[in-house]
Amino acid sequence: LLMPLRVVQKPAHRCIRALKAVQTEHVVPQVYTRRSSSAPVPRITSHYTICPRDKDPRWEGVEMERFADEADVVIVGGGPAGLSAAIRLKQLANQHEKELRVCVVEKASQIGAHTLSGACLEPSALNELIPDWKDRGAPLNTKVTEDRFAILTEKYRIPVPILPGLPMNNHGNYIVRLGHFVRWLGEQAEELGVELYPGYAASEDIFERGMELHAKVTVFGEGCHGHLAKQLYKHFNLREGCEPQTYAIGLKELWLIDEKKWRPGRVEHSVGWPLNRNTYGGSFLYHLNEGEPMVALGLVVGLDYTNPYLSPFREFQRWKHHPSVVPTLEGGSRIAYGARALNEGGFQSVPKLTFPGGALIGCSPGFMNVPKIKGTHTAMKSGMLAAEAIFSKLTDENLQSDTAGIHVPSYEESLKNSWVWKELRSVRNIRPSFHNYFGLYGGMVYTGIFYWILRGKEPWTLKHAGLDAAQLKPAKECTPIEYPKPDGKISFDLLSSVALSGTNHEHDQPPHLTLKDDSVPVAQNLAVYDGPEQRFCPAGVYEFVPLESGEGMRLQINAQNCVHCKTCDIKDPSQNINWVVPEGSGGPAYNGM
Amino acid sequence: MAARVLVGVKRVIDYAVKIRVKPDNTGVVTDGVKHSMNPFCEIAVEEAVRLKEKKLVKEVVAVSCGPQQVQETIRTALAMGADRGIHVEVSGKDYDTLGPLQVSKILAALAKKEEASLVILGKQGTFASEVTIDGDKIKVIREIDGGLETIKINMPAVVTADLRLNTPRYATLPNIMKAKKKKIASVKPGELGVDLTSRLEVLRVEEPAQRQAGVKVETVEDLVGKLKEAGRI
Repeated sequence: LLMPLRVVQKPAHRCIRALKAVQTEHVVPQVYTRRSSSAPVPRITSHYTICPRDKDPRWEGVEMERFADEADVVIVGGGPAGLSAAIRLKQLANQHEKELRVCVVEKASQIGAHTLSGACLEPSALNELIPDWKDRGAPLNTKVTEDRFAILTEKYRIPVPILPGLPMNNHGNYIVRLGHFVRWLGEQAEELGVELYPGYAASEDIFERGMELHAKVTVFGEGCHGHLAKQLYKHFNLREGCEPQTYAIGLKELWLIDEKKWRPGRVEHSVGWPLNRNTYGGSFLYHLNEGEPMVALGLVVGLDYTNPYLSPFREFQRWKHHPSVVPTLEGGSRIAYGARALNEGGFQSVPKLTFPGGALIGCSPGFMNVPKIKGTHTAMKSGMLAAEAIFSKLTDENLQSDTAGIHVPSYEESLKNSWVWKELRSVRNIRPSFHNYFGLYGGMVYTGIFYWILRGKEPWTLKHAGLDAAQLKPAKECTPIEYPKPDGKISFDLLSSVALSGTNHEHDQPPHLTLKDDSVPVAQNLAVYDGPEQRFCPAGVYEFVPLESGEGMRLQINAQNCVHCKTCDIKDPSQNINWVVPEGSGGPAYNGM
Repeated sequence: MAARVLVGVKRVIDYAVKIRVKPDNTGVVTDGVKHSMNPFCEIAVEEAVRLKEKKLVKEVVAVSCGPQQVQETIRTALAMGADRGIHVEVSGKDYDTLGPLQVSKILAALAKKEEASLVILGKQGTFASEVTIDGDKIKVIREIDGGLETIKINMPAVVTADLRLNTPRYATLPNIMKAKKKKIASVKPGELGVDLTSRLEVLRVEEPAQRQAGVKVETVEDLVGKLKEAGRI
């Protein structure tokens, strides 16, 4: 595992650069001619993954030597899965009095800064991992007291009763600010002796020659659509025999509302407006109880939507204007914004989980229970099971391995025998059941019959619709959507929202949103689909701007705005965008999202 | 060769984060917010480490005042090359009211205790853009309104660092790992003989007034009319 020789924080560089920018001359972008047409295409991608280093003049004279170090287990990703795995490993090591060096690397500058979720936490996995979590001060402060569900139309709200046994019943769960929970998990891990390294991005290689961190087993917990996991799937062929993963994008805001409107412990979900019946998705609104009248709210939109004119961000903003939502937000103020992709594939999309030297945990392979919209408890459990399997393998005195990296297939076996698998199996048909003429309503009927009554025991397994990127229809077959302008009180524009996420990246790095072919965005995405990337990115990274020479457009990538949601990599109809990790400590600065 | 350099490092809210005033208007929200080392303190640390690499000083000591979390900031300084750290424990109410007067007293007491010949800090007032040690004196080039001024000063001395002094190095992962083994001593302000009571009381913290939207006018007559309306002419 290779890591950049990178920085914890370097604000001084930004100040210096600002000064230098004023002093240096404007550099003209390089232009080259495409092979098959006479229109010039401006060069966009300069990342080493596309432009090899040995031909790149910027690398002349740079030291290529690497520093190397060894650990027993390296965990990539300091989220619920990664930290649970680290904690479990150290618990076992301390219990059996064995020495074990466990390192966690996390690209965010501090643990929890890239974490974003609703979230209603089911404490099942936590109860197994740290039974005395309450005494240790885990930030599970808001027990769910009220559960509401409704179907929205443009003007009305139709309440739907949540009967016990339905997947969205939240009795016994807690509304949490997942970023704070993850931070707390990090503190527990450090207490047990785990080495945490926030601010370090793990990649094959990055801008400056980095550090190699060797481990007997490397655990990958990068969250939904991890960039290293992508490479592993290809290299080790882990996805043969499972369906491609399907995703949704979740956009979220935190608001401080008028105390009179505050109902701590209330959980509200809705489906329907503003999404049409064939676009999967829904809203959430949770009233937290942590001393101030705060609500967490958001919209989830399935990324298998077909209309390229759909903008998940603008759907979210206009949902807030629904007559049932406005009263809660009136007089309040927005204090945070963020977005992240999430998995919806469930049971059918789980790949092989292990290979020589490594294992996949958490949302990276994807264990989210989609109708429950919960994946934290299963992510944590997968991390714990991986830790147990790895520990018993590493401490096995008769261990003989064919490879330098150790293979731990018992993790996959134990996962398939655990409650995680049972749970995923029972809800496996709910999401695919939305792919019918009646869309949402067909899906709800199916859930009512087959899940509520039969508990998912039907013998068949429905398939998903295929790759999300392939679902978009050409723009000429679809109608543009008229979105209302943001009013600045309830709904807001994109750029002020991105500013709230606190995202930032070092200027002096190649954009981490790389294109396999620089000419495709204008030739394909813009021409056929009217440039959906300018709409599905929740941070305004992609913009089609007129060429300086006057005729035609070019794609401008504002890589600095990126909030690391991974939606572009997932939804690009040409699958031309490849998200790679930028320098460590860049990205959003979420606080308890 | 000068013995010791003391460098002050401060843990502050990261500049890219949007600041929010606490609902009770007593201050700014800091809990869970991303913090980093003050950029000017980074430059100060870099300068001290360079002096050590040039063998002009023997030891670099990083100091920070505050609660437990400032230890991260001290570790960053250690990873950049400082030899050891001193954490002056100040927390809770004392930390909220900790002002420049108290910090300067603490640093002065520490400089005496540690027998530091040189104290380098992030910039205030006048600032250095180049520092060299010449025998038992320090030669400093500083930027003033008219240009550059070169002065020679005796040690012990206090120098503040400007942006143009240097470009701080990156704290690399191997150095962060090594820094975990370097010592950080904890000290209480009382042990240094410093009284932390503040002479200032924060009455209220408020967000700056929202910028009012401007008004566009079509003609000069309109402009004159609006100015008259506003009582400006």
